[in-house]
Amino acid sequence: MTLKGFVSGAAFALLSYAPAMAQQPVKIGMVTTLSGPGGYLGADVRDAFNLAIEMEGGKLGGVPVQVLVEDDALKPGQGKEIAERFMKTERVRLLTGIIFSNVAGAVVPDVLDNGGIYVSPNAGPSNFAGKECHANYFVVSWQNDTLHESAGQNATNLGFKRAVVLAPNYQAGRDAIAGFKRFFKGEVVGEIYTRLDQTDFAPEMAQVRAAKPDVVFQFHPGGLGITFARQYQQAGLLESIPMVVASPSLDSVILKAIGDAALGVHISSHWNSDLPNAANKEFVAAFQKKYGRIPSYYASQGYDTARAIGAALKGTGGKVDDTKAFSAAMRKADFQSVRGDFKFGPNQHPINDWYSLRVERASDGNLAIVTKGKVLESHSDFYAKDCKM
Amino acid sequence: MSLLIEQALNGVQLGVMLFLLAAGLTLIFGIMGVINLAHGSLYMIGAFAMAWVANKTGSFLIAAPAGLLTAGAIGMLMEFFVIRKLYARDHLDQVLATFGLILFFNQLTVLLFGRQPLFVQIPGFLEGSILLFGDVRYPVYRIAIIAVGLLTAIGLYLLIARTRLGMLIRAGATNRDMVRALGVDIRLLYTALFGLGAMLAGLAGVMAGPILSVQVGMGEQVLILTFVVVVIGGVGSVRGAFVGAMIVGVVDTMLRAFLPQTFRQLMTGPDADALAAGFSAMGVYMLMALVLLVKPKGLMPAHG
Repeated sequence: MTLKGFVSGAAFALLSYAPAMAQQPVKIGMVTTLSGPGGYLGADVRDAFNLAIEMEGGKLGGVPVQVLVEDDALKPGQGKEIAERFMKTERVRLLTGIIFSNVAGAVVPDVLDNGGIYVSPNAGPSNFAGKECHANYFVVSWQNDTLHESAGQNATNLGFKRAVVLAPNYQAGRDAIAGFKRFFKGEVVGEIYTRLDQTDFAPEMAQVRAAKPDVVFQFHPGGLGITFARQYQQAGLLESIPMVVASPSLDSVILKAIGDAALGVHISSHWNSDLPNAANKEFVAAFQKKYGRIPSYYASQGYDTARAIGAALKGTGGKVDDTKAFSAAMRKADFQSVRGDFKFGPNQHPINDWYSLRVERASDGNLAIVTKGKVLESHSDFYAKDCKM
Repeated sequence: MSLLIEQALNGVQLGVMLFLLAAGLTLIFGIMGVINLAHGSLYMIGAFAMAWVANKTGSFLIAAPAGLLTAGAIGMLMEFFVIRKLYARDHLDQVLATFGLILFFNQLTVLLFGRQPLFVQIPGFLEGSILLFGDVRYPVYRIAIIAVGLLTAIGLYLLIARTRLGMLIRAGATNRDMVRALGVDIRLLYTALFGLGAMLAGLAGVMAGPILSVQVGMGEQVLILTFVVVVIGGVGSVRGAFVGAMIVGVVDTMLRAFLPQTFRQLMTGPDADALAAGFSAMGVYMLMALVLLVKPKGLMPAHG
């Protein structure tokens, strides 16, 4: 054996041992919606998630991580197929990223059945929040209903009496209307279900006009919300019937697209870019610096999800294989949320404060979403009581 | 009553939009025998080109022709570089290739414009709504869409029924090989026809821009309904496309508008609304199945 051969052999031996000594990065599988009208939602979650990792120098909670991102195109089947590939061929144990509840409905049970952990940065469908709650399933954002319960409470606070409610006919849409009705003390005079792929709302506008309510509540996330708000204005309804929405129907992207049509809309949200806590200031500044746009609330949730995962990784020293230990560390939620204090309820959905927001013209002439006051404090969800873990 | 009229107008407005898309699709399929899934992309291209020019110049009157011409030009390039190679292939190859084009155009649009939807103002002179009669108010812009759509339909009819190009189109739809045998430059005809179809799709995109959001993937949303129109109307027939589009537009709108009320009288609880929404979404597809059962070639097939 020549010296050269010996050296390279030793180097090879060293190299093949190296991964065992240095830590393997923890793989995180992100199934999210990146294409179609809802594409910017997933892009914001992904970008903020990556930002949190970048701010820690490629780590979360001091543990190196590697994020695999794939687009579900808002198709439940495609999401499920990606998740299965992540788990089987990439050996991913920790998944996140889903935006839409119908995709979550297909993917989450699959992940849990395979012994994986799922941490939701957005969708929080009612069917997984109550009886079907699971020790390895966490929602960092909100339970779907609570978003719209805040809108219902907001409408009640504002003294509206007769409401027409509209939402797409899918899980989150039905959760939205159930949530609104639970906290709205007035009368619901019209309940209209739209489609998740609808592009023209003219027939619905005519129905709203005919019902003559004194407030309209609607839930239309992403591109749907832009179209809805613009057509609401074009139909001349904005001047006559005020609109109460939760944040998905009026995020910072929709605001940019519809412009002045957003002035006067009553919004409620668990987060806004102007919340004064230190973590939020750091996040908003870093996000704007890196991506050159104002973070939407989807971005805030992507960031919080990354930090929540980071806290759990720190707690277990980077181990995800022992899901019991990981879940226990996750439940502590030992991180600085951009919402201020953060706590999981008994069903591992967060307990949030809800704020009322309005769109106003800032001193520089641009429109901005401004926090006005609190609607609900330390608000848990309706299904938590049914969860027995 | 006024609600019924307003919903009927909404139905007609959806109908003319569908007609503009279906006319191109049906001509291309009827005459060239090509299934063009990327037809929706041309609609998207028209809308994006219009939105971009409108935001740069601030003028809808410059932006509208820009959108039309871009869609037409891209359509002709698409025919020249891709579709031309597919005439002799079977439908599966065509579907695969044009599906590939959808992915290509969607990604290209993401690269050029990003994922966030673009916003276009309704031009000033078409803003607001007017009192038609009684207490029926309707947005001026939507009336303009109906007018432009109907004028285009008349123009297409004249083009096909009264001009030499139209004669060739009709001849091509009836017997492609005979037209070629008579020494007509069929390749030029095909490119021109493809450009025309693309321009019609672009026109629909241009008109949709200010009311819908201009976004990646907007083409696929309308494509399915457009195929339903083509199937109901009869493949290859522009008249069939018009009739089919009007039927689909009005039926779809009416079901959405009035089915929930009907269901609410038949049953109680929130299930009525959800069920009605489900049924109204199925409505046009059931209609299509019904038409195919009675007239397997559609209402007005071109090949007789």
